[in-house]
Amino acid sequence: MTMMKLARRKFDTLVIGAGGGGLRSAMQLAQADANVAVVSKVFPTRSHTVAAQGGMNAALANVVPDNWHWHMYDTVKGSDYLGDQDAIEYMCRAASHLVVELEHAGVPFSRLDNGKIYQRPFGGQSQDFGGAQAARTCAAADRTGHAILHSLYQQNIRAKTHFFDEYFAIDLVKDSDGYILGAVVLEIETGEPLLIEAKTTLLATGGVGQLFRTNTNAHINTGDGIAMALRAGIPVQDMEFFQFHPTGIAGKGMLITEGVRGEGGYLVNKDGERFMERYAPQAKDLASRDVVSRAIAVEVREGRGCGPNADYVMLKLEHLGAEVIKKRLPGIRDMAMTFIGVDPIEEPIPVFPTAHYTMGGIPTNRHGQVVVPLGEGAEEPIPGLYAVGECACVSVHGANRLGGNSLLDIVVFGRAAGNHIIEYLTENRHHRPLDEGSVDNALARIARWEQDGEGESVDVLRQELQRVMEENCSVFRSEEILAEGVVKVQALAGRLQNARLKDQSKVFNTARIEAFELENLMALGLATVQSALARKESRGAHSRVDYPDRDDERWMKHSLYYEDGRVDYKPVRTKPLTVDTFPPKARVY
Amino acid sequence: MPAKAFLPQRHGVHRDNGNLFSMCILCLCGKLFWQLRAWLAAMSRKTETMRFLIYRYNPDEGKPPRMQEYRLDGFDSGDKLLDALLRIKAELDPTLSFRRSCGEGVCGADSLNINGRNGLACITPLNELGETVEIRPLPGRPVIRDLVVDMEQFYHQYRAVKPWLTVHDPEPETEYLQTPEQRDQLDGLYECILCGCCSTACPSFWWNPDKFRGPAALLQAWRFLADSRDQATGDRLAELEGPYHLFRCHSIMNCVDVCPKGLNPTQAIGNIKKLMLKHHV
Repeated sequence: MTMMKLARRKFDTLVIGAGGGGLRSAMQLAQADANVAVVSKVFPTRSHTVAAQGGMNAALANVVPDNWHWHMYDTVKGSDYLGDQDAIEYMCRAASHLVVELEHAGVPFSRLDNGKIYQRPFGGQSQDFGGAQAARTCAAADRTGHAILHSLYQQNIRAKTHFFDEYFAIDLVKDSDGYILGAVVLEIETGEPLLIEAKTTLLATGGVGQLFRTNTNAHINTGDGIAMALRAGIPVQDMEFFQFHPTGIAGKGMLITEGVRGEGGYLVNKDGERFMERYAPQAKDLASRDVVSRAIAVEVREGRGCGPNADYVMLKLEHLGAEVIKKRLPGIRDMAMTFIGVDPIEEPIPVFPTAHYTMGGIPTNRHGQVVVPLGEGAEEPIPGLYAVGECACVSVHGANRLGGNSLLDIVVFGRAAGNHIIEYLTENRHHRPLDEGSVDNALARIARWEQDGEGESVDVLRQELQRVMEENCSVFRSEEILAEGVVKVQALAGRLQNARLKDQSKVFNTARIEAFELENLMALGLATVQSALARKESRGAHSRVDYPDRDDERWMKHSLYYEDGRVDYKPVRTKPLTVDTFPPKARVY
Repeated sequence: MPAKAFLPQRHGVHRDNGNLFSMCILCLCGKLFWQLRAWLAAMSRKTETMRFLIYRYNPDEGKPPRMQEYRLDGFDSGDKLLDALLRIKAELDPTLSFRRSCGEGVCGADSLNINGRNGLACITPLNELGETVEIRPLPGRPVIRDLVVDMEQFYHQYRAVKPWLTVHDPEPETEYLQTPEQRDQLDGLYECILCGCCSTACPSFWWNPDKFRGPAALLQAWRFLADSRDQATGDRLAELEGPYHLFRCHSIMNCVDVCPKGLNPTQAIGNIKKLMLKHHV
């Protein structure tokens, strides 16, 4: 395929990814009469936002007193002071308005007796800057992500957004001045490439949970957009911070929402002890996720795990009663019954920390613009390129995301990027001519898999990568284990060069898509383990047994990993928009 | 002998003997018994070979569709059909195509016809499927390749019911108020995952997929009619008038039978008809 024969389409904006972030932006743009295309490798409602359970944080104060500033404090503290405080202030201020807006868009939130949106307590939430537990998480039972994603999709149909369903994005295209001008995508049904030219491109492709063998993520979460950015020469930020959710179903990985603990559930070890009381005397089971995950890992390591192999702990919720469980947690009850034959009304659920969320990603500012170090500036926008949601790193989550802040992140920055794109489009009215070389590069990526013959298997390599990441880059890390991880992933990356596809057919060839996905996973596996090896401190989700303390003097900075393996750093934006900085202090729950 | 065939027989022997004491114990320890049974089934399942007959079609090959057999063993007790499909693709045949995403029954991507019944591969337990499992694409839809069907008509019907909240009044600055009881009306409706199991199991939809909205779309039509916040009742009902859009439903109830989320489109359709009647009077 040469560029001349390549089919092409032109739009004002190309949105890649149809989860909550992509659809929130697309809605904004379509309602503003921009010509917007959404490319998604799955039908939009199959995107991973659909699996979010517990809810979305906003200081509505519907249940107990609350305000955005307390939410901001909790988020900064939760991030272990690696979050950028301007972006966090922006997000927490916008939260209430955006929840109301979602409600107006049709989201069937659960309700309080007075008719207002139901809110439940979640981990890491406090009133009055570290005081009593807050109840900040707006919920639609335990299917909040589903409710939000479907409502956003519905509003996009209404606004006549142009959907390219089941198209896989291969690579970004640009011009010689560095403007990003769309992407080469592959129509999965026909196997044919298509060039989508756009004045602005938004990456909203989600996280990379499939890096780990046991994870809470959909099979589709292979970090495609993050890897595309990396290949386009953009460094990826803070990739060493990967969240392990405390309560994945042990050995299986399905997520059991933090909302279970928010509703009053708690964890016990084999002695029936509520062990979180020892690790977090005040917040107990509602401490931050990194804290709870480490506590579970320690309990198991020290022989207090449950089950025949003593390799998990129990999440008890029977005491909540059948009514609360059926009303507030019906989805996780289904899940437990389906996957382990346990009805949580009668028995506790076996759980263990499970790979869940990519805190790192494509560096952006609070407008969703992708930013890179350039000349004197640490954060210069790349014209035409935006990123939001889990694939982006604003960074509002820093070293550890609070539960309920990811659904908030996607709508807040989905909207912010939409607004900025609308502004950009008024100043950049015409399509710029493409650099043909960048299109050829993308096409070469497709052609690479057309080589025939014997070679390594994509499936085998993916499974080995997931195992290495799980063994060498998990909850607890050390120099030795991480260095070994780097060597192992590099070896796998080398073997990937020799991988071949047995099936060269065109129509709906999912093996071919999985090969592209593995390339993305491999690049991000390297980014994650290299960044983790480089960071010699413990902060948030990154826990080094050889450097057990946080080191603000040397390490309160964001890491930037480049495709060539170089790791650079940039400062944390500690200055909020209007309020005082929350300076780093010891993090106690 | 495979445990799955073996154990129910044992149960049957108890009953045939009229051993009331055993029966009582069984009733009292019912839960324990079923757990033991599942455990035993699991133990034997690990070595048992399962046979999968899978519908294959690739337009690139220019051959008619066929059923292809795969044999696999070494499954774990809790494995689902999706685990088997993923293993077949990884270990035996990379050319097998099917859709999948969440793997936990919430996204609706892997809907298939499994032993003659529509369902989601990721929440269908292997140990409930028998020795031979016949897997076909959803019925009545054009096949793109293997187990992947063209769902466009299904999505078209979904879009046609205007599945979005419509409010004509000026928007308040806060949320629309809705009592818990009003919100309860949406339970059993909003949870639809658009997997298409229901509509593609519906004979009326097989006959008139271009005109009959089908159970999934009609469930969503009722989801908005039932929403205390929505103000488009008249328009929604008017759109469903006529012999086809709504009234091709003959309460066959295949939709209710197969819905993997336990939803009830037939009841929703009945509710729409009742509301229509009330609206006309």
